[in-house]
Amino acid sequence: MSLLTTPSSLPATASPATVAPNDASVRRDSLALSPAGFAAAWMLAKREWVRFFRQRNRVISAVVQPLLFWLLFGTGLRGSFVGAGEQNFLEYFLPGTIALIVLFTAIFSTISVIEDRREGFMQSVLVAPVGRWPVLVGKVLGGAAIAWVQAMIFLGLVYLFGAAPLTSSVFGVMLLLALMGVAMCSLGMIVAWPMDSTQGFHAIMMLGLMPMWLLSGSFFPIPPLGEGSSWGQMVLGAIMRANPLSYCMVQLRRLLYPAIEFGAAAFAPSVVVCWIITVLFAALTTLFAWRLMRGSRRADLTV
Amino acid sequence: MILNDLISSTSSTDRIVCTGVHHRYGDREALQGVHLSVVAGEIFALLGPNGSGKTTLFRLISTLVPVQRGSVVVAGINAQSDPLGVRGRIGIVFQSPSLDKKLTVDENIACQAALYGLRGAAMRRRRDEVLELMKLTDRRGDFCEKLSGGLKRRVELAKGLLHQPPVMLLDEPSTGLDPASRLDLWQSLQSMASAGVAVLLTTHLLEEADKADRIAILAEGKLIASGSPAQLRASMGDGLVTIVGSDSGEIERIVRDELGLVAQKVQQQVRIQSPNAAALVPMLADRFGDQVQSITIGRPGLEDVFIEKTGHRFL
Repeated sequence: MSLLTTPSSLPATASPATVAPNDASVRRDSLALSPAGFAAAWMLAKREWVRFFRQRNRVISAVVQPLLFWLLFGTGLRGSFVGAGEQNFLEYFLPGTIALIVLFTAIFSTISVIEDRREGFMQSVLVAPVGRWPVLVGKVLGGAAIAWVQAMIFLGLVYLFGAAPLTSSVFGVMLLLALMGVAMCSLGMIVAWPMDSTQGFHAIMMLGLMPMWLLSGSFFPIPPLGEGSSWGQMVLGAIMRANPLSYCMVQLRRLLYPAIEFGAAAFAPSVVVCWIITVLFAALTTLFAWRLMRGSRRADLTV
Repeated sequence: MILNDLISSTSSTDRIVCTGVHHRYGDREALQGVHLSVVAGEIFALLGPNGSGKTTLFRLISTLVPVQRGSVVVAGINAQSDPLGVRGRIGIVFQSPSLDKKLTVDENIACQAALYGLRGAAMRRRRDEVLELMKLTDRRGDFCEKLSGGLKRRVELAKGLLHQPPVMLLDEPSTGLDPASRLDLWQSLQSMASAGVAVLLTTHLLEEADKADRIAILAEGKLIASGSPAQLRASMGDGLVTIVGSDSGEIERIVRDELGLVAQKVQQQVRIQSPNAAALVPMLADRFGDQVQSITIGRPGLEDVFIEKTGHRFL
């Protein structure tokens, strides 16, 4: 039995009394952003990636469904819509479609945390000596990377067919979509982590995440809050202004169509405001997800 | 203080030491003061029926659940103050599979390696070793969903052994395995133990616990007996007569009052412990005749230890 070498990592003294003084320092080290934690996070992100591309139907549905939405709604509503800068609905709906791709992919990546727990994979991750944050970082980075690449593929098609002009602002689009990917994945984790069934996740998705997308100015413009607006418009407008995704959408729209002046639209926060809110959106959802995961012991035992 | 005595008496070969462990879920007390120690190089079976508290104890030792009262020390590290330290020193095989079915055997082990801080050449070398040890080398490229139950369990063992832990914990490891795979599993466990690993497993199967070096029997959150299988059986004496009949209450009364023997009634059975059990049988047969269905004689097994202590049958 030479392969099973003597167990390593045993402290020289096994008496609990002598180990106790070191406890606090050991604990701090493992909670800090240790290299082992990063390696674990990287491995979990890579795993998301491998799993995603092994399931071909997931790859296809994440792009084809929004594409169909875009073509159907864009063509169908074309005649009855004129947006800012004389945009038709096909053009208006393009940023919303890209956001939908990011949202869908992020959701289906984070929903896997429920499957991981049900299939048992998560239990071996949760008893590993790396703590919780690598799980979150791995899932969010892995999911966001997949969402980003899917959005890029779609964006490539958009530029290829000339549905939007290709300018240097494409780098801004890439950064913005990466941030949106992180925000959506963290949001997905907040929803998925305490859940023990995918059915529950679908309910939240239809009641929370889809309306969030619909009410971000992706599908119809945000109504003005002025004297002429009706009571319903006021409520809807207020909700949509409170939605952080709305600010991401305004900026995405600006970057996709740099030649069009959107200042005249009912809702046009400045570039700086849009970027700040997008960064905060991503940071706060991630922070909240981390706090949630750190605090819940219950989820460990849901096997 | 008994507690302090126990701690100070821990020797350097102790790998798991539980002292006065209590645990409650709301109002229900799952563990009521469990003392237990597992030393290096032994296979220790935690035997108990479902709901006896063995899974709770397993979770406490594996730091999945925080220690409420008492202390759990694993490989010299206190589970309460440094759970992550404990985690680095234990290998765990869960009752339910923990493999990613969409990944290959190699990829699953690489995942595990990343979680335990193994990388690069060291990881690949160690992976080759555990795959070889678990006789999985020719299956390393297979997707885990394609593997049989026995093979999957071997991959789990390979994962648990990867970081060379001094303590191995297994929760009902033979669940869902066919007899050949069980034999395989036990060979693996024995080779681990002979390499100096402390192996703790939970089981609700008596015949499985019988194969361990030492056993602790849990019932309703209490440790009711512990020792080697031979010791436990020896504590029960040599012979045991079991009388099965429909009116066990009446039989018990007769045995106790008329024949003056010590008897224990368990459901439909009346059990009599005696060093000369064989001599009792003709006398009992004579006295009861058609009143009973059977009178059997045997050497006490582990189930008898359980019945003796708890007054009811094991399962």
